[in-house]
Amino acid sequence: MKPKRNIAGKVYLFLIFLFLYAPIIILIIYSFNESKFRTWSGFSFKWYIELFSDTKIMAALYNTILVAVVASLLSTVMGTLAAIGIHGMKKWPKRLIMDVTYLPVLNPDIVTGVSLMLLFVFLSIPTGRLTLILAHMSFCIPYVILSVLPKLKQMNPNIYHAALDLGATPMRAMWKVVLPEIMPGVITGLLMSFTLSIDDFIVSFFTTGPGVENLSILIYNAARKGVNPSINALSALMFVVIMCLLLIINKRTKTNVDIMF
Amino acid sequence: MNKKWYAQPYILWSILFVVVPLLLVVYFGFTTKTADGSMVFSLENFQKFFTPAYLEVFLRSLWYAFISTVVCLLLGYPAAMVLSNRNLKSQGTMVLLLVIPMWMNLLLRTYAWLTLLENEGLINQFLRFIHVLGEGESIQFLYHDGAVVFGMVYNFLPFMILPIYSVMTKLDQSVVEAAEDLGANWWHVFRRVRLPLSIPGVMSGITMVFVPAVTTFAISAILGGNKVTLLGNLIERQFGQMNNWNFGSAISLVLMVIILLSMGFMSSYEKENEGGGLL
Amino acid sequence: MSNAILRLEGIRKSYGEEEVLKGIDLSIGRHEFLTLLGPSGCGKTTLLRIIGGFVAPSEGIVWYDGTNINKLPPYKRQLNTVFQKYALFPHMNVFGNVAFGLQIKKLPKATIAEKVKKILQLVGLSGFEDRDIESLSGGQQQRIAIARALVNEPQVLLLDEPLGALDLQLRKDMQLELKKIQTALGITFIYVTHDQEEALTMSDKVVVMNKGEIQQMGTPVDIYNEPKNRFVADFIGESNIIDGRMPADRRVVFLGKELECLDGGFAPDEAVDVVIRPEDIRVSTTEGIFPGVVTSVVFKGVHYEMMVQSDGFDWMVHSTLMEPVGTQVYLTLGPDDIHIMKKVAAHE
Repeated sequence: MKPKRNIAGKVYLFLIFLFLYAPIIILIIYSFNESKFRTWSGFSFKWYIELFSDTKIMAALYNTILVAVVASLLSTVMGTLAAIGIHGMKKWPKRLIMDVTYLPVLNPDIVTGVSLMLLFVFLSIPTGRLTLILAHMSFCIPYVILSVLPKLKQMNPNIYHAALDLGATPMRAMWKVVLPEIMPGVITGLLMSFTLSIDDFIVSFFTTGPGVENLSILIYNAARKGVNPSINALSALMFVVIMCLLLIINKRTKTNVDIMF
Repeated sequence: MNKKWYAQPYILWSILFVVVPLLLVVYFGFTTKTADGSMVFSLENFQKFFTPAYLEVFLRSLWYAFISTVVCLLLGYPAAMVLSNRNLKSQGTMVLLLVIPMWMNLLLRTYAWLTLLENEGLINQFLRFIHVLGEGESIQFLYHDGAVVFGMVYNFLPFMILPIYSVMTKLDQSVVEAAEDLGANWWHVFRRVRLPLSIPGVMSGITMVFVPAVTTFAISAILGGNKVTLLGNLIERQFGQMNNWNFGSAISLVLMVIILLSMGFMSSYEKENEGGGLL
Repeated sequence: MSNAILRLEGIRKSYGEEEVLKGIDLSIGRHEFLTLLGPSGCGKTTLLRIIGGFVAPSEGIVWYDGTNINKLPPYKRQLNTVFQKYALFPHMNVFGNVAFGLQIKKLPKATIAEKVKKILQLVGLSGFEDRDIESLSGGQQQRIAIARALVNEPQVLLLDEPLGALDLQLRKDMQLELKKIQTALGITFIYVTHDQEEALTMSDKVVVMNKGEIQQMGTPVDIYNEPKNRFVADFIGESNIIDGRMPADRRVVFLGKELECLDGGFAPDEAVDVVIRPEDIRVSTTEGIFPGVVTSVVFKGVHYEMMVQSDGFDWMVHSTLMEPVGTQVYLTLGPDDIHIMKKVAAHE
């Protein structure tokens, strides 16, 4: 009805996207630049080759993936069980536990990181991969719970009772009837945990130990010294990976953007 | 239904990994280390925090976060409006394009600007190329306050747009039609219906920008060099170089209290606004 | 036509391939209570939205008081709408909602307050000005929606299934009340509903629509007693519809019997639809035209609804006397109980 306003709006939106994507796209382009400097001197996979032969970066990559896989799997198991338990709770204990669940979500990451660091020192757990995994679990589990709970609410509670009525043991009813019903939420929780984990910097920064770097920490340390072409290549790869993960999550949750932030 | 025990491991977990750590922060915040290494109760850390040197950092952090939030709101509100237009094609793709940067590593996004903003970066090269700058000249984009605020806006803009967008798409179209039916033109509809009904989204957008902006230390470290100190940098230094965990914990506590309070305020405001008239 | 306030001329509307309105011509008189009646998807709501200005017709003209208003946006049209599910402004109280249109017109504050007060009195909600919308019941919200539209003193009020969300008793009360308000204000109501009873109760004129076309227009009595085709007969009230043929004027053959009727003007032996209202059939255990067996009986409050199987056809019969299942009965029809309808080419 208002073509002019529509066009102006689209142009505006385009500028916003340009602002958001320009640096990322340029970063990706320059990761293929032959030269170490900003001037373009030809297409090359040089930095990618260098990236994969850099033992420090490869170690960080290994740490990132190991922590993300272990933390997201454990978080999903514990978070799903917790969601089922919380769903069956009475009103006020449920509220209490949900308030505690929201704490790591709402609390600034830096406070979560600092508090966990104090805990590990207090319990004298040597910081390193183990503490990274524990720390990542502490902020992943709430997201698993929050993506499984809605599925439990949607589920007809009678199907569990029907399974019991038909002679299934509670264990079996849970495994064969409830779990398949809430599976979409569980998978979403798993993917979100994985993404959150590889994405995290602040909590990792405070809870890792000497010599154990993940990619975020590596990038942080490198970025403080300025541009580094190997890091460009690494960033380009990470961008592509995260984009693929998000496309999968998005396919699963359809248009529901609410869960994404 | 006896499913409660399913939550038991998680309850233990929360106590150990959420509640106890926070109590430790409280403990460290309210104690100081004496010469012989033992901890004694003290308010010294907080007194120290409220001395001018640290207060300045505190106010600077609040001020930069405030400016970033305002800029994000001014840029983001119109974007959310365009995005929520029902005539817009490929709305889903656009939303996804907004979500992707949100989930991209904040360090990557911040780092990406270095290539553009450095003294030898692309923008300076371009300005030299079109002879706005002479040979060897460059504009110092990085390592000062402006760069930090810029980085915050860049990183957190999607966090402003999406909640507003989400509330706007939930707006009942028939309410807009009702207003038009009663004689309201585009501006009236915006002023009297769309804007007031989008306030809950604006509120959560403000929260989602302000909180990370006030607590960041990576953006200021990368784009601000060591020249811009924010609360986050201050905390980081206490646990790093300065090795004063007590003071670091106290600052964290102040930060946490401010943020949880403002969130409580925001959410109570949202609830109030659901039922009552604001404008 | 001079008495018409609204006139629709050849209105068509397509969404892509799908044609939802196939040429609607309709004239709506001043002070008239006109109902657009039809099943969901018949195009009645689209037609109302075209009149309100929320949808542009693909073809055709909307005339308001002799002026073509096709290009007029909704906020410039002199009509007001009561929306499905009310569409009240959730962030305003009752006063804010009702005063909205008047505030847009920038009337003086005192005038607004007075008009709001008066209209709230009319809908029976005096003193509700400061109440929140959410604190009102469905019926009260409905009244506010009506007040919000009426306070602007439109010449035409459009109502889009306004009572759809209310329970049965409340709906009946509101039907009477709406009719009362319309008579009192003397303005035109265009009312959209899929509920035939509602349409027959309130309207001066009923327009029965199906698949984007007007099937029949007329007073409720005409529509009920003289349905023009099988669709209208089926949609308005319950009917027995039987295939038949007309060997001559005033003679009809169906279910193996030749009977007298009142209709004529068909070609010899033309195939027709024979429509018989269940309440027009008389039941006897001793004698009649169609012998049959009662296969089911349901008590409906005032009457019994019985299914009678006769020679392979299931008759629906309404009777105040009950015959138990299995009883041998005879059904009798008078000439004026038989309505003959032209077969519609496409089966509706």
